[in-house]
Amino acid sequence: MKLKWNKNSNGYTVLYTTALVVVVATALALTATGLKSRQQANIAMEKKQAILAAVHKTDSVDDQPNKRTYIEVLYKKYIVEQYIVGEGGERKEGDAFAVDMKTQYDIIRQIDAGNLDSAQQATLRATLDLPVYVCRNDDGAYKYILPVYGLGLWGAVWGYVAFDDDMNTIYGATFDHKGETPGLGAEIATPTFSKKFIGKQIFDHGVFTSVHILKGGVSSDDLHAVDAISGGTITSRSVETMLKNNLAKYLPFLSRQSQPEVDSSSSGEQPVVDSSSEQGTMKNEQDKSTDQQQL
Amino acid sequence: MKLFTDPISKNNPITVLVLGICSALAVTVKLEPALVMGLAVTIVTACSSFILSLLRNTIPPRIRIIVQLVVVATFVILIDQFLRAFAYDVSKQLSVFVGLIITNCIIMGRIEAFALGNKPWPSFIDGLGNGLGYGMILIIVAFIRELFGSGTLFGYQMIPESWYITNGGFYANNGLMILPPMAMIVVGIIIWIQRSFIRTN
Repeated sequence: MKLKWNKNSNGYTVLYTTALVVVVATALALTATGLKSRQQANIAMEKKQAILAAVHKTDSVDDQPNKRTYIEVLYKKYIVEQYIVGEGGERKEGDAFAVDMKTQYDIIRQIDAGNLDSAQQATLRATLDLPVYVCRNDDGAYKYILPVYGLGLWGAVWGYVAFDDDMNTIYGATFDHKGETPGLGAEIATPTFSKKFIGKQIFDHGVFTSVHILKGGVSSDDLHAVDAISGGTITSRSVETMLKNNLAKYLPFLSRQSQPEVDSSSSGEQPVVDSSSEQGTMKNEQDKSTDQQQL
Repeated sequence: MKLFTDPISKNNPITVLVLGICSALAVTVKLEPALVMGLAVTIVTACSSFILSLLRNTIPPRIRIIVQLVVVATFVILIDQFLRAFAYDVSKQLSVFVGLIITNCIIMGRIEAFALGNKPWPSFIDGLGNGLGYGMILIIVAFIRELFGSGTLFGYQMIPESWYITNGGFYANNGLMILPPMAMIVVGIIIWIQRSFIRTN
């Protein structure tokens, strides 16, 4: 093959690289764009599965021939509501499912660092979006699923914690991680670890304590602590910190939900609140009766 | 034909040339990721050998390695994208190791040693053979590790449940099997067996 160009010349090298880069970039960009919707569907499905796992709905998911539609159906059936609450526990506009927890984690960290003046603090607090997923079980009981996010030993750790409607008792939890040490820290993603959280309470006589993750054995009647993972101390500690920092931001929401009288603007409207709570129970009963009809 | 069979047995990249060990240890806990990894490496070696062999007379000598890397990296990223779209679970299990195919010595080694000096078609066959030789060892190791480490093959239970101590039996999974050191030992045993065969022949 006879070439006009000297292959060792600068011009040839530059031209060659340019052409190569253009071809490669085009090919990659086309593939990435073409596959994007599929990839995002996969990520969304994984998130839905994690949310459902927090309320114990995914036990038989691996036996399903079509996992994607199965999770879709489950999610539609059980997650009856999803919304965003702000720092004060008030509802905000927006799509809870689309909230990026890493962004929220950064905001929380900046708020907690405490080296901002009050104006900056206020703007930051206003941007905080805290997603809440509401699950309605077959028996009509409502469970509230709150996402948590934090830093582990090697990368991000995150999870979903589901609460009973007393907003205190943990109904279920699920954790996942980006790259904790396999066999040690990575054990937080196993059901063996997350099952320990069931029935634990994050308030001790009305005081927020979160759930501690302790070394060296926790007695089973301790309502506020679970066993850490041996060999995974840093990861265990990160999960503990993650729960504490994230749930602390949900406190106004949690107290609003558990005590409806806080909801009303003035204490003088006590009777109104009573009737509304009665309506609430009536609504629950109606829900139950419709359930029975469906059955 | 010899081009294709040689790297599978006599010149196997893992057992004889001892290349690509790192990923062989990492992805062989279960058969499924091992199979996918083997396929991915096969596709990357074969395709990049082919393309680079086509380009071999045009590549500026001074940026030879960079051009090789660009082509290999392109294929790896394409594979990674496809896995994320169509085999999400597997791509999660393989995690960083898909990206690390780029640095797999087998690929660069075959390109340098073979593709740059031979015609496209033999290069393709050579890449295919080397990738399959790599994949084969991966699958053998993964078979042993999954069977004894988890009692399953491709996720299906192989050891009867009633054998387990927890169910009143006598058997327990070997926890060491799912840790990387055991992969090293299994690879070592395979190398030993294969080399003693080669010698007797």
